[in-house]
Amino acid sequence: MIHNEAIPVVRAQGLRKCFGRRVAVDGIDFCIPRGLCFGFLGPNGAGKTTTLRMLMGLSPKDGGELTVLGLPVPERARETRARVGLVPQADTLDPDFTVAENLRVYAGYFRIPRAAIDARIDELLAFANLSDRRDARVETLSGGMKRRLTIARALVNDPEIVILDEPTTGLDPQVRHVIWGRLAELRARGVTLILTTHYMEEAERLCDTLVVMDQGRILDQGSPSELVARHVEPEVVELRGAPDEALLARLGGMDARIERHGSSVYVYTQDAAPLLAHLGAVHGRAILHRPSGLEDVFLRLTGRELRE
Amino acid sequence: MKPWLDLDWRLPRLRRDALAVWRRNFLVWQRIIGPALVLNFGEPLIYLLGLGLGLGAFVGEVGGLPYLAFLASGIVASSAMVTVSYEGMYSVYTRMVPQKTYDALLATPLDIDDILAGEMLWCASKGVISAAAILLVAAALGVVGGFGALWALPVVFLVGLAFAGPAMAMSAVAGNYDFFNYYFVLVVTPMFMLCGVFYPLDTLPAGVQSLAQWLPLTHAVALIRPLVLGLPSSDVLLHLGVLFAYALGFYLLAVALVRRRLIV
Ligand SMILES: Nc1ncnc2c1ncn2[C@@H]1O[C@H](COP(=O)(O)OP(=O)(O)OP(=O)(O)O)[C@@H](O)[C@H]1O
Ligand SMILES: [Mg+2]
Repeated sequence: MIHNEAIPVVRAQGLRKCFGRRVAVDGIDFCIPRGLCFGFLGPNGAGKTTTLRMLMGLSPKDGGELTVLGLPVPERARETRARVGLVPQADTLDPDFTVAENLRVYAGYFRIPRAAIDARIDELLAFANLSDRRDARVETLSGGMKRRLTIARALVNDPEIVILDEPTTGLDPQVRHVIWGRLAELRARGVTLILTTHYMEEAERLCDTLVVMDQGRILDQGSPSELVARHVEPEVVELRGAPDEALLARLGGMDARIERHGSSVYVYTQDAAPLLAHLGAVHGRAILHRPSGLEDVFLRLTGRELRE
Repeated sequence: MKPWLDLDWRLPRLRRDALAVWRRNFLVWQRIIGPALVLNFGEPLIYLLGLGLGLGAFVGEVGGLPYLAFLASGIVASSAMVTVSYEGMYSVYTRMVPQKTYDALLATPLDIDDILAGEMLWCASKGVISAAAILLVAAALGVVGGFGALWALPVVFLVGLAFAGPAMAMSAVAGNYDFFNYYFVLVVTPMFMLCGVFYPLDTLPAGVQSLAQWLPLTHAVALIRPLVLGLPSSDVLLHLGVLFAYALGFYLLAVALVRRRLIV
């Protein structure tokens, strides 16, 4: 098969989706290059799942153009789905089957010859760290194991693109790190990853490029470091607890930008050293000094916090 | 507002992918084969012994046949209806909604066309299994006309397809399991009574008789009874045609309704 690196695996122009009068995806444009990890970062209801469903051809679009692997979707979605793996937001494993049977039966839907399936299942179970659970029933698995099995299932057809809708939501930090490692491995093999998340850390670690989405619109796109550089000063000092107005007025005079959200005050600056020296003298409360990140970009772009 | 006009009525395409869905269901069935067969054999045995022998002693002959033979050949058809209706509603709904099996299937190259074709073939297969069980019981009781009775099984398969379509259409619009009570009380049970399973159609008032001519079970019984008992058949093409029409029409409706439910 010829893979032209320059041709994007997904191209969307003016993509739009309405549910009745609610606009879920409001004319978005994006291009996903081959072999990278592309993320949709946004809060609940931003339109991430709706966008992915349109990519799979499972949700008819109300406007715009969409091609996946060079083919128009949803018209040719049957062909594109044969070359894509999906890890959906909600668990869709088959409770009537064991771990290995879930993979075997699923491979049957892709017309993979039975002889090729067994070797592939061993490989996938090893990849998902589930070799010792191959004959376990699905309902006996933990949430993290189910997620890993779902990822393994998305790989049965050796896909060129793997689409993951919130791959680690609801999992503990340790499992999350295991999954991140596996996804990085896939990307290193040349698989294009498309994922949604509302975890900053996940987006920062995994994504080469991401779009920040809110209320069906794309607010900006770029690499995590580009987005940070474009929208916020490099350092931030977070003051927790009720703000001291006089102090804030003085900090404002020190070449800093101040934002208030909830019970915290965020002070953005090019260089936090003078500010910290000043605060050290007068401020007895909780202070957090950190490099700025996607959370701050999101706050800047939407005026709202992303995490709940 | 005419909501049926909003449905996506594009003609489904039939592909061998449907067989993958059939195989999935078969694999699941294999592991519950014990309880499944107890149901398939136990129920008709009780009906046939209880009604056929017990009631048959009072009734004697019906339509020129011993009552047990009349009843057994009717129950071959009606049990296919009941089995297929259960599968097409409770089981199909379970896979479509709470279990999200269809969501998983739709992430593969399969379309709703394939999924429902596979489900329909599977429902009909279960109908054949239950009909075969009754045939065996009936043969043991000595009322089957000979090996020619096996010809009833392919007909039962078609009967299964004819009942699977409406049941899947009900699943496509159901909000919960209780919804299926309507179908059982308003459709399945009346057919059980009106379509010549327990007594000949011509004992019914003329108006009811002409209504019964529109019901698929009437045609199923009309085809299956002579095959089971080794008697001459009549109007075969008419009966086959009605069953085909039900199967095809309700498959198309079910596909359109499931598209509306899942492709949003
Ligand atoms: N089937 C549907 N019918 C009606 N409205 C819908 C449907 N699916 C999604 N929506 C609406 O579209 C908007 C976008 O939903 P979507 O599920 O795409 O968000 P999301 O970014 O995936 O959110 P989350 O992080 O909660 O998964 C929401 O306002 C949602 O209520
Ligand atoms: Mg979502």
